[in-house]
Amino acid sequence: MALAKGRWTSIVGPNGAGKSTLLKVLAGLLRHEGEVVLLGQPLAALRDRERARQLSWLGQNESSAEDLNAYDVAMLGRLPHQPWLAPPSDADHAAVERALRATQAWEWRDRALGQLSGGERQRVLLARALAVEAQVLLMDEPLANLDPPHQTDWLLMARALVAGGKTVVSVLHEISIALQADELVVMDQGRVTHQGACTDAATHRALEEVFDHRITVHQLSGQWVTLPKI
Amino acid sequence: MNRPASGTHRKAFWLAGGLLLASAALLLLGISVGSTGFDSVLNMRRDPQALQIIEQIRLPRTAGAWLAGALLGLAGAVAQGLFRNPLADPYLLGSASGASLGVALAMALFGVSPLATHWLARVGLTGAAFAGAVAAVLLTLLLSKGVQHTLRLLLAGVIVGVVLGALSSLILLLTPDIMQAMQSFMLGSTAFVGWTACAVMAAVFAATLLAAWMMSRVLDGLALGEATAQSLGLQLPQMRAALVAVLALATGTAVAQTGLIAFVGLAAPHLVRSVIKTTHGRLILLASLMGAVLLTSADVLARWLLAPQELPVGVLTAVLGGGYLLWLMHRRTGRGAGL
Repeated sequence: MALAKGRWTSIVGPNGAGKSTLLKVLAGLLRHEGEVVLLGQPLAALRDRERARQLSWLGQNESSAEDLNAYDVAMLGRLPHQPWLAPPSDADHAAVERALRATQAWEWRDRALGQLSGGERQRVLLARALAVEAQVLLMDEPLANLDPPHQTDWLLMARALVAGGKTVVSVLHEISIALQADELVVMDQGRVTHQGACTDAATHRALEEVFDHRITVHQLSGQWVTLPKI
Repeated sequence: MNRPASGTHRKAFWLAGGLLLASAALLLLGISVGSTGFDSVLNMRRDPQALQIIEQIRLPRTAGAWLAGALLGLAGAVAQGLFRNPLADPYLLGSASGASLGVALAMALFGVSPLATHWLARVGLTGAAFAGAVAAVLLTLLLSKGVQHTLRLLLAGVIVGVVLGALSSLILLLTPDIMQAMQSFMLGSTAFVGWTACAVMAAVFAATLLAAWMMSRVLDGLALGEATAQSLGLQLPQMRAALVAVLALATGTAVAQTGLIAFVGLAAPHLVRSVIKTTHGRLILLASLMGAVLLTSADVLARWLLAPQELPVGVLTAVLGGGYLLWLMHRRTGRGAGL
């Protein structure tokens, strides 16, 4: 399986299909058979900090950092760039500000995570992943708890990242948003059953099949969307 | 470019300043309270015995209470960050029950009484408590097969605590004459802390504080979840092992010198958090100061409430700490959150 550089790939599939596990393997967070190659280099050969600078990972329900404020959380994304014990540099502060502004979380940068709503907290965690400024972003359900306007913002942000040369890989349950990506990886029972362009009819068929034909793919105002088959 | 203006820095600064001021005030109170009362302070220039009471008894025990409290506060902040659980206690890895078993064994085998004033006896008991605490932590690590899995580590600590506690009870049952002496250890006391103990605690506090502060970003990273911390390039196995060592050393040293003092390690980080939400770098320092102030206050109260009699300081910290925990539960359930 190869994921294109400088493109946005969405991974979809039913619950328990192995999407998050695949993402963790791609991030080098799980022991696995076979080899993951990142931008031409075997992932296992990279030192931890080097890997962390190149790959940013956003997990599901990842935080219990109730006491850290939004700014400090986003600053953790700069850890791979900071020498041990060195205070954050100007570049770190600038990256954190860019990330918090990009997710519209800058205004509550001094509020503790425990004081934020689920959606606000998700935007801070997203900012933490953006602050790494890695070449590759791996995001597991980044839209969790986000309301529709902020889902749209995330979609625009993913496109902007790709336009800027970054590679984005996301696990999504919102299929209509997943279909906005460049490529779709369809998974079922721990295996990749299909990989192809989101606009491809074969991809749409694979999508309907993996969800037991309980959804249908349609084109609406120039965008591909799914509707429940009732 | 600097970090944007934040009230957190200022709050942390004022809290640290307040705790240091409170420490200085408590130090003065500590040297004024005792069976001979304030007279010893007034007469210490003229009366060599009064001077000796201040220099050799009140001052070292007050400083010892401050240092033991600081070690427990530090250990509490590290334990809660490491286990990602605000209810984690420094004794979770079995160090308390290990220290108790060490003391019980020493008393049963060598007949050492904690009331003996000879310093060799104290060093013997202190050594036994420390060895017991370290052995218990090692046993916990052995059972949990290392430090990789937090939950396994926690469970192993609970099992070790229960089993070693049962062994201590068995020893007490077989040698009832050590019962009273053991009780004084179990309830905690600063009465036997001398300058040697203070020097040991100060050295360990300086080393563990520095080590914990150096690893505080790991604790911040861990707060985001183990996988995220790993994805940030943090070498979790090594860091976790180092943090467990800090936890064991700080707790083992405090327990060895003052016995089992409840709730200080649990309550100190919570009290800091109720004032300021901050990173572990600041929390570790502030929780140490808070633990020091808590235990020194409890020690002064324990000496003053029934003077010239003395309450075991562990009883006071348990009552005050238990009350605080109940209040915390009440406040959090009132807000609709679980504890």
